[in-house]
Amino acid sequence: MIELRSVTKTYGTADAASTVLKDIDLKIEEGEFVAIMGPSGSGKSTLLNILGTLDVPTSGTYNFFDTDIGALSKDQRSLFRRYVLGFIFQGFNLLKKTSALENVEMPLIYLGIKAKERKQRAQDALVSVGLEERMNYEPSELSGGQQQRVAIARAIVSKPQVLIADEPTGNLDTKRGQEIMEILKGFNQEGITIIMVTHEENIAAYASRVIHVLDGIIEKDEHNAH
Amino acid sequence: MLINALLQALREIRRNLMRSMLTAIGIVIGIASVIAMVNIGKGASESITKSISKLGSNTLYILPSQEHGPGSQSAFAKPFKMKDVEIIKESVFALQAVSPAESTTLTVLYKDKNYQTSIRGINNEYFTIQNWDLKSGRQFTSSELRTGLGSCIIGKTVVDTLFSQDEDPIGKKIRIQNFSCEVTGVLEAKGANTFGRDQDDIILVPLKLFQRRISGNDNIHLIMASVKENIPLEEATVQIQQLIRERRHLKPDDEENFAVRNMSSLVNTISQITSMLTIMLGAVAAISLVVGGIGIMNIMLVSVTERTREIGIRMAIGAMAQDILIQFLIEAVVLSGLGGIIGVVVGIAITVGVSIGMDITLIIDPSITVIALMFSMLIGIVFGIIPARKAANMNPIDALRYE
Repeated sequence: MIELRSVTKTYGTADAASTVLKDIDLKIEEGEFVAIMGPSGSGKSTLLNILGTLDVPTSGTYNFFDTDIGALSKDQRSLFRRYVLGFIFQGFNLLKKTSALENVEMPLIYLGIKAKERKQRAQDALVSVGLEERMNYEPSELSGGQQQRVAIARAIVSKPQVLIADEPTGNLDTKRGQEIMEILKGFNQEGITIIMVTHEENIAAYASRVIHVLDGIIEKDEHNAH
Repeated sequence: MLINALLQALREIRRNLMRSMLTAIGIVIGIASVIAMVNIGKGASESITKSISKLGSNTLYILPSQEHGPGSQSAFAKPFKMKDVEIIKESVFALQAVSPAESTTLTVLYKDKNYQTSIRGINNEYFTIQNWDLKSGRQFTSSELRTGLGSCIIGKTVVDTLFSQDEDPIGKKIRIQNFSCEVTGVLEAKGANTFGRDQDDIILVPLKLFQRRISGNDNIHLIMASVKENIPLEEATVQIQQLIRERRHLKPDDEENFAVRNMSSLVNTISQITSMLTIMLGAVAAISLVVGGIGIMNIMLVSVTERTREIGIRMAIGAMAQDILIQFLIEAVVLSGLGGIIGVVVGIAITVGVSIGMDITLIIDPSITVIALMFSMLIGIVFGIIPARKAANMNPIDALRYE
């Protein structure tokens, strides 16, 4: 499904240039649950951003099935994210002073879905993460774990093919983190491909495949036995 | 998408209600003042026009004017004589009444009181022209008019100032400058004219008396005439012009050294002046609109910066640059549009209040209301575009990382 070929990412120019990703080759198949691990500065976040089309490689190609993502314009990449990807961030990134339901409805607005269906689908998504009781709460009224569950609902409400998760449990304690991982695992089992960055071994253990990145190269790529 | 952007904008405005209100006040003041200025200006112009035409729409004013032709270096206006008045009266059949009107301001004395008022030298036709009746007493007799005997007819304000309440002024002698005259009549009260001048603050004397005792010559600087009913002012004007040109031996291509005016030309002049003032005041008010617009731009820039992370989230979720642009643009337009609506209401309220308070015709021009509303939204677009573009051009990763 996803194929990176000799992807390099360089920041800055000439003398001050620093290469964050060096010649990365990576294939991810449909239905995989991939954890990307590595110390800070290893380039794992940059790799995730490139996979999430928020960033573009300096050189190399990125194919999604037959689509050359590198050839897409900024707006086309927005549309790609809108229809194909879902995002979960470490800091939840919910809209403040906006109810859980409205937060989850937001991607559907960009998909042009009518208000009634939008509400229904957002409610269903919130139910699927176990937040049926808190739909009208604003983020400030929710705990960290609940906020992340709203964020997951927002990510999956548009029925994406791939979930991009950047340290989804980074701001949570172990117990809440595990709850979140169980939810993600559930969606993976329903067929959603998940690519997740983490630096915690026990979180990475939920994934079917763990990629270790160090100094801009893939140091280790192993499949977990479940 | 547009409806959602609109709802989103309203929600955003409600979320920062205080700030939104303060921002919109600039637009409210701008729109309100434009509407009030234009409407009040139009109302005032209408009132002035109305009351002037009420005053004497059939009155002509014949006055000497300066010669500007070649050979006339000095600016000298050749005055009329009594003979001119007589000949106009005899020859121009379109006229109903003709009277000279020589005016000055002098101090009058009665007993221990003195008072400064305007003195006007006239003949009896003046009452017809002015449509002015006597409250008591009589008009001037022909011998008074011919000889310039000391008689005078006084207005209500003069009566009130010089005489005590229970005193009948008729037959009393008042002193004007160096001569005395007997009060033979009292004028009906007329009140203030359009320009706020008290018309009852006047003493009428026979022209002859004015010339002998006050001016000391036989010059006349203003002749007033009223035109018969159903005869257009222009026709009478042309007849008078031809007659005076002839009497003054003006060649066909000579400029006229006199002028025949009527109230309608005055009305035109005044409405020109008032509409000019209206435009100027409106323009000044429009400047405050621009200031209001800058206020909107300022707060929108703040808002874009504050919501950088939100913009990043939206872009990650799939918002294109145009989605973000439209969102912020609509927010600016809604903000200024709401300001515009409130401004229209306030502006109309001010117009109604001032019109009632100052006794001006109430005019609420629907076109200026519509224009003002459109303009307020245009301001939202003009001043909202820069912040909205700033938002739309953000890079999603940088926006997401923004703290």
